[in-house]
Amino acid sequence: MRLLRNRNVVIGASLFLILLLAAVFADGLATYAPTRLYPANRLQPPSAQHYLGTDEFGRDIYSLVLHGARTSLRIGGLTMLFTSMGGIVIGLVAGYYRRLDAVIMRVMDGLMAFPAILLAIALMAARGPGEGNVIFALSVVYIPRTAILIRSTVLSIRELDYIQAAHAIGQRDLAVAFRHILPNCAAPILVQATFIFAYAVLAEAILGFLGVGVPPYVPSWGNVIASGKNVIREAFWVSLFPGIILTLAGLSLNLLGDGLRDTLDPRLRVQG
Amino acid sequence: MTAYLVARLLALIPVMAVVVTVVFFIVHLIPGDPVSVMLGPDATTTQVEDTRKALGLDRPIHEQLLKFYGRILRGDLGRSYFLDRPVTTALWERAEPTIVLTLLSLFVAVAIGVPSGIIAAAYPRSVWDRVLMLGALLGVCIPGFWLSLNFIYLFSVRLGWLPVAGYASFFVDPVAALRYMVLPATSLGFNQSALIARISRSCMLDVLQQDYVRTARAKGLSERIVVYVHAFRNALVPVVAVIGITMTILIGGAVVTEIVFNIPGLGRLIISAILRRDYPVVQGVVLVTATSYVLINLTIDMLYALIDPRIRYH
Repeated sequence: MRLLRNRNVVIGASLFLILLLAAVFADGLATYAPTRLYPANRLQPPSAQHYLGTDEFGRDIYSLVLHGARTSLRIGGLTMLFTSMGGIVIGLVAGYYRRLDAVIMRVMDGLMAFPAILLAIALMAARGPGEGNVIFALSVVYIPRTAILIRSTVLSIRELDYIQAAHAIGQRDLAVAFRHILPNCAAPILVQATFIFAYAVLAEAILGFLGVGVPPYVPSWGNVIASGKNVIREAFWVSLFPGIILTLAGLSLNLLGDGLRDTLDPRLRVQG
Repeated sequence: MTAYLVARLLALIPVMAVVVTVVFFIVHLIPGDPVSVMLGPDATTTQVEDTRKALGLDRPIHEQLLKFYGRILRGDLGRSYFLDRPVTTALWERAEPTIVLTLLSLFVAVAIGVPSGIIAAAYPRSVWDRVLMLGALLGVCIPGFWLSLNFIYLFSVRLGWLPVAGYASFFVDPVAALRYMVLPATSLGFNQSALIARISRSCMLDVLQQDYVRTARAKGLSERIVVYVHAFRNALVPVVAVIGITMTILIGGAVVTEIVFNIPGLGRLIISAILRRDYPVVQGVVLVTATSYVLINLTIDMLYALIDPRIRYH
């Protein structure tokens, strides 16, 4: 496997796998129930009882971070899935049906004119807090970026001889698009999806931090960092540890994305 | 150049139409009855009906949309119920801190990013290159809002060098303003400096492989002059385009940074408006930021065409 010889892929994937396993086995690994409040134990520094300390309500940060990984990775993963599906359909249609292309691309340009996080905030403002709404808002924000990438890949493939050959033997447009063009977009889609996952995890944390993401009682990295903001003078550990994990999650996905790009799609490679 | 400008201005019309339409539909995404949601559970049926009429929400949707376009074209963004003033006034009052923060962060991002990228490219695969690019990778991954919190803890709480949070206008007290802005601008700019560093590096590497650089070396110029005089200027051209992207990301980031540092800008305006269900203000902030994005990109494109005449004949 060429992939396993790329250092970025190996480091990124291992790091991500660890986080994923921690999220899956959060119930077994956690030492306390993440949502139960122990007011007597509030703002305890890291110790043998509380590995990463406690927050202002006496919740165990270590257990919160573990369960927060579930929320963050679930939202990141589903956003990645919906973004890729939406982006593939819109990108294929735009790249393939030239008449629709102009209209679709103007709509995508318009959507991309909003700063990503502000559009997500505005959509959350309308829909209200909740996991489903976060996934919806982030998918709307990131679909245009994927669609544009797919479209440009389709445009570069559609004039190739083998596509003409497929048309010549009488295959229908839809069949050509999905059977012959889509598989050749797999590498850019995979690379883009990895980066979308990274953005979505970060954006989810930002929305939680601003108080417009998942509801405050749901353990999520953004929510824990937000509660750490209020007690930064007395208890730095509340925001420090979830932030480190959030950084590691971003790092693992960025390394993986960089590595996949270098291995699968050398044309996109940044020189050097 | 004029033809290019006109073409670019015409291309803005569909983009802005989509932007205004999306902003319009924000209110219509509210689950259930938007008016009841805005007024809260205590509102009487008459109040709900009156507000619905006042907002024109009782009309068919295409009629509402046309009316909305008309209002926006006249510069009327509606009225904030909570702040009891036109949305445009509220936006105007809160714009200064956001603009100051965005510009200072841009300065930080360029001041760190461009030299890092150039140095890394001038000595590829050296220790400098590796250290700087590792820093750039971390810069991309570290969440800006979390970095801000750590800065506050280190520089304000522990060392007491800088104020924890707050804002002073540059027009009133420049020294205090600068002290308040150091941490927000650094934490916001640091993230973006990573992107600029990566791109400056790859542009510089591209330029250093070109024939004219080989000529410059061949005629005996020192490496220093080749890199900093001959290659630098051409490597900067694509970097200018990235600065446009950076500005727009910074506007979004400024919203979050304002919350951390309690800066009374557009970010705090939109977040408090969400909590008060003051939707005209939410729409106003989103519309204004998207419009500024479009205008910034137009300006950057114009600059780009000025620097590199080939683009005009594209």
